Amino acid sequence: MAEGHSAVVTPMSEGASGDNYLTTGKGVLSWLFTLDHKRISVMYMVAILSSFLFGGMFALLVRTEMLTPGATIMTADTFNKMFTLHGVVMIFLFIIPGIPAALGNFVLPLMLGAKDVALPRLNLLGFWCWLTGATVCMVSIVVGAVDTGWTFYAPYSTTTGTAVVSMTLGALILGFSSILTGLNFIVTIHTMRPEGMTWFKMPLFVWSLYSTAIIQVLATPVLGITLLLLIAERTLGVGIFDPALGGDPVLYQHFFWFYSHPAVYIMILPAMGIISELVSVFSGKHIFGYKFIAWSSVAIAVFSFLGWGHHMFTSGQSPLVNVIFSALVFGVAIPSSLMVFNWLATMYKGAISLAAPMLYVLAFLFLFSIGGLTGLFLGALSTNIHLHDTYFAVAHFHYLMFGGTVIAFLGGIHYWWPKMFGRMYSEFWARISAALIFVGFNLTFFTLFVMGSHGMPRRYYNYLEVFKPYQQASTVGSYLLGLGFMIMAYYLAQSLLKGEKAPENPWGGASLEWETASPPISRNFEHEMIGLDPYDINALELSSDSGSYIRKDPSSILLTQAGGE
Amino acid sequence: MAEMHSTDHNPDLAPHFETIDQQRQSSRLGMWLFLVAEILFFGGLFCVYVIYRVNQPEVFTFGHQFLDKNLGTLNTLVLICSSLTMAWAVRAAQLRQRMILTLMLVLSFLLAGTFLGVQYVEYSHQRQNALLVASQLAPDADIPAEVQPEEAISASVEGAPDEAPLEAPMVEAVDPGVSMIAPAAAGPAGLATAADRLAAQAERDLVNVDPAGAKTFFSIYFLMAGLHGFQVLLGMIAMLWLLKLTFQGAFDGGHSIKVGNTALYWHVAVVIWIYMFLLMYLID
Amino acid sequence: MNQAEIHQSPRVASVKSLLGVWIALIVGTGLTVGVTSFDLGAFNIWIGLGIATGQAILVALFYMHLRWDKPFNAYIFVFSFAFLGLFIGLALMDTSQNQADMIPDFGAAESVAPEMP
Repeated sequence: MAEGHSAVVTPMSEGASGDNYLTTGKGVLSWLFTLDHKRISVMYMVAILSSFLFGGMFALLVRTEMLTPGATIMTADTFNKMFTLHGVVMIFLFIIPGIPAALGNFVLPLMLGAKDVALPRLNLLGFWCWLTGATVCMVSIVVGAVDTGWTFYAPYSTTTGTAVVSMTLGALILGFSSILTGLNFIVTIHTMRPEGMTWFKMPLFVWSLYSTAIIQVLATPVLGITLLLLIAERTLGVGIFDPALGGDPVLYQHFFWFYSHPAVYIMILPAMGIISELVSVFSGKHIFGYKFIAWSSVAIAVFSFLGWGHHMFTSGQSPLVNVIFSALVFGVAIPSSLMVFNWLATMYKGAISLAAPMLYVLAFLFLFSIGGLTGLFLGALSTNIHLHDTYFAVAHFHYLMFGGTVIAFLGGIHYWWPKMFGRMYSEFWARISAALIFVGFNLTFFTLFVMGSHGMPRRYYNYLEVFKPYQQASTVGSYLLGLGFMIMAYYLAQSLLKGEKAPENPWGGASLEWETASPPISRNFEHEMIGLDPYDINALELSSDSGSYIRKDPSSILLTQAGGE
Repeated sequence: MAEMHSTDHNPDLAPHFETIDQQRQSSRLGMWLFLVAEILFFGGLFCVYVIYRVNQPEVFTFGHQFLDKNLGTLNTLVLICSSLTMAWAVRAAQLRQRMILTLMLVLSFLLAGTFLGVQYVEYSHQRQNALLVASQLAPDADIPAEVQPEEAISASVEGAPDEAPLEAPMVEAVDPGVSMIAPAAAGPAGLATAADRLAAQAERDLVNVDPAGAKTFFSIYFLMAGLHGFQVLLGMIAMLWLLKLTFQGAFDGGHSIKVGNTALYWHVAVVIWIYMFLLMYLID
Repeated sequence: MNQAEIHQSPRVASVKSLLGVWIALIVGTGLTVGVTSFDLGAFNIWIGLGIATGQAILVALFYMHLRWDKPFNAYIFVFSFAFLGLFIGLALMDTSQNQADMIPDFGAAESVAPEMP
């Protein structure tokens, strides 16, 4: 314990104001062994965006291969590995940790007016787990990659000659990272809320992180044991999943989807939280239906555990269980659509500002609705039989995961960027890039809906001539998407280097993270805060000299204690 | 307005907490959540157990005869005693009784070690008889094994003097690679021929009377016992760590949360074993 | 050291309760072993599970201090078993319906099966 303390930059150690978390402590080690949630979040951000780059390159290679039927740039074996790596990297390395670990880690303690998360050591341990898991996955890619698809279905995964053991081991370690993040967030939300912040005065992003964390803690361990059993199956031949040894491969799918179905809500719930924050601020209105959104996020977490069997309608699952899961999986549509209606109602008659984060909100609402509604076709037994394992399922999934989560993640990055790094970005280029991403995304994935409903199966190397125009349009769309991200990388890098200094509160958000300097000081706040209504936009006004929104009554947010301790 | 609290008055209080109570609640809640995760982690194996037990009860009735009930009972009692000593250790830490705390931690460590020792005896016994995992009981082309299934099991029956039921049904020769599960829905005509179906039916009939499916039992047993043993090992490491802290006087101030959390972890390990003992050793 | 700190400390379990629970656990184990050596058919497992659960509850309440702890900690503990039950329940419900052939009388109907091109 004692060694830990000495290597650590404690939040108390810095003095003069003007110093911030980025400048306190120099050198790589001061980052790698920091306990400061903001630094850990920045490290996660770098790591996760690097994974996104890798995963994106795999995706572009897959799309390029699909330009023509038959071989275009790679062999069929390589193609199998490419789409598997795209899936594994995007799911386990990027999108699951994405919003909670990178943005949530930064924003959550600030929103609670706290100095840090409740368990900073576990937070750092989680990051190290992520790094270890990512390294093991990378080793696996080098020693032969995996060609099973990201689901590692038995019995193929127990018999294929590729590096399944190291890849699943990596995913297992990444799972621990996810558990630690979720555990930490639950504890933080329970014990670190400021004076006056009751459960229903928490920002909705906090509610969504809480719901996410419940799923992370409850579901991820089952992924752990699943992958452990798979590793035991391959190395020892325990015969639990492998039919050749008396195992049951459908049982593997039960195990896998008991985690992986809730996991899609680990991905989307934090995104919904971001949208709730952004839609209120950029509509200049109080959020509509606060309690409905808060309860909906918890309801989604609960429903997420009841739908796993709808991935197995064609896997030999029994008819009775098929019917039960089909009925249950529809349940999740209720809280999800409640949220969409509440966001729309928030925008109604609002003073909508089309700043870059709001563009992402609008894109989210459009794409998430398409993704959600197409989910109903996949939840219904009869249509699922037709659409199962076609491009339709791929398109549905990407509309939710990319059109939902990634778009909201980008919105969140643009929204909190000034707070995180104290710099503004080029609004002009941000809008160009948002537009390119929106157009490119739809071109890439809407064509997949069309092909899928016409029967084009997913993960196929070859295709019929009739699909060629769609496939090529989709590939062109993916290039547009790539271009959009290149522009974003360019203007964000430029912002870091020579962006305009950001004010404390450039957007007019009323939650506590805007009550400290941009970037925040190491211990987050100069004073102790109290929790007021986080959507009371009218408590703020734009100050014309600083360009920042300021509180009309600055002392209202501070905790005053008669006589102190 | 209040400045940030000065925290240097209490060395046990981390700088990001306001009060020691907040800190204690946080780490306790964190530990409980960790236990929740652990229960679901271990629960996966219980799920495997339940599914195979319900669908193939004869396999478990047959397989459990190769586990030593006496050793199992002994181990259960050992773990229950260690539960007592760990709970007592928490009391001692709260009351700042350094000597008793040390004694209880040492006792817990020794009891945990005894448990692993007994497990090892049983494990090596099974290993000699090649009763390990499915692949070794049903050798197929991929995984070579020295012992054929019928030899393996009958050898273990003869070579186990303290196993009571020697009249365990003898194993018939079984085609390695026979699936224990019923196949999924047969496809439309053209994918599955009548001959295939007849062959599959014949295989199933063989399996139904053949306890060579014990391989599933042993796979599950060794996965559960192995994972539980790992958990015990981690607990022992934590006890050593606590002992070191005790010698350094870390608990002289009554800040007992580390002892309390280790004890929580340990009690869950004990409870998991109580269930495993019932479900693995006491089948009749 | 300071009095306020002791005051905030969680409740200390009495030696009597520690030993009492210990004896109950030992007796419970003896009972389980005893009961399962009689053949009560399907009841065996349920009696055994009942005793084991009783033991687990004793450990949780007294050794794990749930009796004096924040109720929320107990809720999540119970919650985890509920989710485990959900998982095992639905997976079991599916696998216990596995059958040789999910299309009834499929073999008998072979002669009328549609011709494959």
